[in-house]
Amino acid sequence: MIPLSAYVAVSAVLFTTGLIGVLIRRNFIIVLMSVEIMLNAANINLVAFSHYLESMAGQIVALFVIAIAAGEAAVGLAIIIVVFRGRLSTNVDELNLLKW
Amino acid sequence: MDLLVLLIPVFPLVAVLLNGLLGRRYSHDLAHRLAWGSVGLSFLCAVGVFVETLRTGVAREVVAYRWIFGGDLTINLAFLVDPLTCIMLLVVTGVGFLIHLYSVGYMHGEEGFTRFFTYMNLFMVSMLLLVMGNNYLVLFIGWEGVGLCSYLLIGYYYDKVSAAKAATKAFVVNRIGDAGFLLAIFLVFVNFKTLDYTQVFAQAGQLSTGMATAIALCLLVGAVGKSAQIPLYTWLPDAMEGPTPVSALIHAATMVTAGVYMIVRNHVLYDMAPVAMTTVAWVGGLTALFAATIGLVQTDIKRVLAYSTVSQLGYMFLACGIGAYTAAIFHLMTHAFFKALLFLSAGSVIHALSGEQDIMKMGGLKAKIPWTHALFLVGTLAIAGIFPFAGFWSKDEIMAHAFVHGQYVLYAMAAIGAFLTAFYMFRLTYLTFYGASRLDPHTAEHVHESPPIMIGPLAVLAVLSLLGGFAGVPPEAGWFHQFLHAVTAVGRGGEEHGVGFGLVATLMMVATAIALLGWGLAHYLYSVRTEKAAQWAARLPRVYATLLNKYHVDELYDALIVEPTKRLGLAWDWFDRTVIDGVVVGVGRMTHSGSALSTWIEKYVVYAALNVVGYANHQAARSWRKLQTGQVHHYVAILVAGFFILVHLILAWWGGASGIGIAAR
Repeated sequence: MIPLSAYVAVSAVLFTTGLIGVLIRRNFIIVLMSVEIMLNAANINLVAFSHYLESMAGQIVALFVIAIAAGEAAVGLAIIIVVFRGRLSTNVDELNLLKW
Repeated sequence: MDLLVLLIPVFPLVAVLLNGLLGRRYSHDLAHRLAWGSVGLSFLCAVGVFVETLRTGVAREVVAYRWIFGGDLTINLAFLVDPLTCIMLLVVTGVGFLIHLYSVGYMHGEEGFTRFFTYMNLFMVSMLLLVMGNNYLVLFIGWEGVGLCSYLLIGYYYDKVSAAKAATKAFVVNRIGDAGFLLAIFLVFVNFKTLDYTQVFAQAGQLSTGMATAIALCLLVGAVGKSAQIPLYTWLPDAMEGPTPVSALIHAATMVTAGVYMIVRNHVLYDMAPVAMTTVAWVGGLTALFAATIGLVQTDIKRVLAYSTVSQLGYMFLACGIGAYTAAIFHLMTHAFFKALLFLSAGSVIHALSGEQDIMKMGGLKAKIPWTHALFLVGTLAIAGIFPFAGFWSKDEIMAHAFVHGQYVLYAMAAIGAFLTAFYMFRLTYLTFYGASRLDPHTAEHVHESPPIMIGPLAVLAVLSLLGGFAGVPPEAGWFHQFLHAVTAVGRGGEEHGVGFGLVATLMMVATAIALLGWGLAHYLYSVRTEKAAQWAARLPRVYATLLNKYHVDELYDALIVEPTKRLGLAWDWFDRTVIDGVVVGVGRMTHSGSALSTWIEKYVVYAALNVVGYANHQAARSWRKLQTGQVHHYVAILVAGFFILVHLILAWWGGASGIGIAAR
């Protein structure tokens, strides 16, 4: 029987990995992948607590998260393609128009 | 029969609509045929109605439709056909038809030919409504309609200033009379709650003498305006600015007699008001004499006839005032014949002389236009009251009534008026047709007899002027009197004064002698000793000038009424401009200054404050916006940092232990 803390630990490690990936990587695609990692960390958390608390709600929410992650990935990749067509780059540092 | 009655005014109305709306699209020939044709059809219908009424002897009411109703009030557009209406119908449509025919020749080639006939037919419609209506409102509609047409036709040559002024004058003077007429209608309605003649006359007995007098006098004001009696007669001579057929139809034969018709129609009310009767009689008597004296010296052929019309209408009023209603209508009818004849022959003279109206520039026309001369002479004999022409019978009857009723002063006035009438009419004839020619040489070359379309109607009118009087023979008992008796006897004891034959014969002799005397004097002054007339005028310069200037009545009215009214208008204009406009402009200025102040405050106070706030914001934002780099990483980093800070704060808030406990386990 694997204790709950193990799941939480794995989840925390994965989330931190994703967060750092989002913060330091410059490639837009990698950033997107890191977001996916963070989402999956949350999923692990949800499923683990679901099992621990013997409630199906967590697993159902996890399914929703997966569906939303798929949609997010689709929209995100589409944006990347459009940006790439315009700038021939996926470097996040160059995409700095979102300011005053 | 009912249909026949309804059709009478419909025919001219159709012609009005066609000629008025579509007249420009078709030829003048079609337009005038429609015009006189419609009146002719009306005349035929009127004859049918007349024959029917003569046969049955029953008054008949025909309701066209219910017009105004609600509560107790019902006013119909309805017609009353009784003997009085029949006589008026025959006169209006018959004389109207002849004048329409005459106009075809007279107006030939005039500007606005179709317009002329449209107005004429509109006049016929209005006049028919006036004489046929069975209540006061229909009468009033017709009354105003004929006034309107009179205005339009006097101002027919609207580019002539004098014609436009004369039209306005006629209209405004008639307004005064119409105001009185309206008051009378209101009084009738207040007292009887209905406007129908039959109901009003049936209930008239309940009226107090005072109220009857008030109504009768108000009606008289209306009649005086329409029929050009003292003091409102001044518009009629000026109305001669219109084309001559208009003068004949409207200002001699029909419209101006509407006042007489109205008084006779309302004789039940007048019979109850002796004061009003006396007033009517004196207005008539004075007008008859007064207008005749002015007619003595006028030199415009149409103006002489106009004053003679005023004078003859005075006779009719005189007859009404002494209760001789039949005589008034009888004179109305014969006057329509011979005055239309005189006007139209005068028109024929004017036509022959290319527009010349001054009798001082005529003379000796007998040889050149013999037909016109003969017809004019018939008219003159008729109006002068020479036996056996129509005017003799009707005028003599009025004078006889005045004498028999003991109104000797009125009789004397009428007799003097008759003498003057004979004098000025023969003066007119002599100056126009006899003696040496005083024509312009240029005009003289073009003198020509009028075409048959003009002479034909004149001949018919001449026959009527000759024979029309026999409708009332023997006096007091003629066919005419018996026919009208059904109307004039209503509400009276039915005593028409029985007059002995000897007295009648004597009065007739006197009247004839008076007329012949007038003729003789005119013959002496204007045919035998032509220089005498000027000598007489020179011997009495004041009298002559006064008469020539029509007693200065126009000037008097100008000074007393017209000028003060104008001044009052100007005073109001000044008041409006200075006081009322001053207030308005002042308020405007105040608003303007207020808004200027408001603008200043806005600019230098409100905007200043706003600008300060805006500038401060701007400056503050300048330092803070550096935070927005546009780099996603920075945002995420701040997000994460904020998140950590929040978590720490929340944990610290909740007093740590339990939260940290969970995290530690």
